[in-house]
Amino acid sequence: MTMEAHVYPTVYLSQKDIDEGRALTTRWEPNARYAWDTGVAIGRYLEELKAGRLIGRRCDACRRTVIPPRMFCEVCFRPTDDWVLLQDTGTVKTFSLCYVTWNMKRLTEPEIPAVIDIDGASKGMGIMHMLGEVKPDEVKIGMRVRAVWKPAEERQGDITDILYFKPF
Amino acid sequence: MRRVAIVGAGMTRFVRRAQETGKELAWEAASKALESCEMTLDDIDCVVIGTAPEAFDGVHMKAEYLSDGAGAWRKPMLRGYVGGGTGVFSPLQGWYHIASGLFDTCLVVCEEKMSSCQPHPQGAFLTIFDNMTERQLEPNLLWIFALEMNAYMNRYGLSKRDIAQVSVKNKRNAALHPAALLGDAEITVEDVLASETLAWPVQRLDVSPVTDGAVALVLSSDTVARRTTDKPVWIEGVGWNLDTAYWTNRDLSYPTYVEEAARMAYKMAGITEPRKQINIAEPYDPFDYKELHHLEGLMLFDKGKAPEATALGITQRDGDLPVCPSGGLLGVGNPIAAAGLMKVAELFWQLRGEAGARQVPGRPRRGVAQAWGDLMQVGTVIVAGI
Repeated sequence: MTMEAHVYPTVYLSQKDIDEGRALTTRWEPNARYAWDTGVAIGRYLEELKAGRLIGRRCDACRRTVIPPRMFCEVCFRPTDDWVLLQDTGTVKTFSLCYVTWNMKRLTEPEIPAVIDIDGASKGMGIMHMLGEVKPDEVKIGMRVRAVWKPAEERQGDITDILYFKPF
Repeated sequence: MRRVAIVGAGMTRFVRRAQETGKELAWEAASKALESCEMTLDDIDCVVIGTAPEAFDGVHMKAEYLSDGAGAWRKPMLRGYVGGGTGVFSPLQGWYHIASGLFDTCLVVCEEKMSSCQPHPQGAFLTIFDNMTERQLEPNLLWIFALEMNAYMNRYGLSKRDIAQVSVKNKRNAALHPAALLGDAEITVEDVLASETLAWPVQRLDVSPVTDGAVALVLSSDTVARRTTDKPVWIEGVGWNLDTAYWTNRDLSYPTYVEEAARMAYKMAGITEPRKQINIAEPYDPFDYKELHHLEGLMLFDKGKAPEATALGITQRDGDLPVCPSGGLLGVGNPIAAAGLMKVAELFWQLRGEAGARQVPGRPRRGVAQAWGDLMQVGTVIVAGI
């Protein structure tokens, strides 16, 4: 006997069934709102973003400088030791050219998300951000990029205080 | 520890939008699994339920919600939840329930109904991005995969064509799976390369579909297995491992956590040369590059060499190491938790010689199944053999 006998003949709906109202449905809109505490490490990180700087934390045991900063080292499992101001430049570790929104709507001009290894942090310490002022077909892994900041008066202590990173 | 066998398996068809509720899907799979080994719920000592984000269904305590359909009424029940890795983690939990000596039988049920979530289940996934430093960028779930795929391609100088072959192989394999959503015997690499670009390098046919479905297994102790079936499939090794949640700090071109999980499972199974001792692999393939990534993490191919092996036909159903003979998530479908358990069910059917038209030749004796999940950081591995 083969496994075919152990497959249940599950019934499914077609888009037509739904479009023509042959499926009964009920809807629910979740109402869940949150006010998050930043914590010490991310609180300082966001404060420095407002001041136009990137900051990391150093662990003296494994000698890593990490970004995003954390007050504990997940490798050594001890408190990290010091704040380290980093540069606002880095290297593109990887990128994508994204032509859809999260709910699958088309974009004509792609968004360019990237992971950028930040100068001054240990090797491989990247953050996710966007690339800008670059043609999609000219983006390369290994490309050197610099943060483009919002004007000081518009910064709010948020990762979006950096508009995007651009090649230099 | 006691030996643990898989003695029964059943599943629903994998469909885009099931008419059944989640509970009903769980019941369909569970009843088929019990029927396959001629057991009833009275023979079952405990139940493990695997199901991924609650946000898909919009219900709280989703395993408890599913429990009546999954056969857990008045039984000890445990929910295993490691995101996408759940489908291989759940039978692993069933394994230690029995290996410990606490129970003699365990019904493992994995269910997912992704179609309820509107407008798109990706919305339920967006909370995987860091709430303080990433979500403000309005990310899209596809980004993580695209970023990882590009890092992998760049590291080893791979082309889109090298990777598209995986999608073609799996969708063709799935054409012979009676439960498959996206089997296609005629698909070519050109079709994959011509499909719509979503988040380059990811195109439409590089991705597995949104799916509803459920799968169930019956596990038992050695004694019960021997009186239940003359073809028990033994769980020989299990492993799981977690990497950092700071995903942008990781090497995105190699899944070290999969290697660690595989080392744990291989050690338990007494496997010293996986390439010689494993006959079939069912690595997790929600995206085509992930199959390659995971084959390398499972140490079945050298780093960066899985694409070449695929091009040589080694991973075809009749190749030296058949990979995803089921058709995988790309072909059978990807109802998250159920998809991982489908891979373990495929090993069960293949090792018993019951895979029908998909049967791999040469009487395979041992297989490995693997899934990946949590915040894109967990590897879950099961080695099964006869």
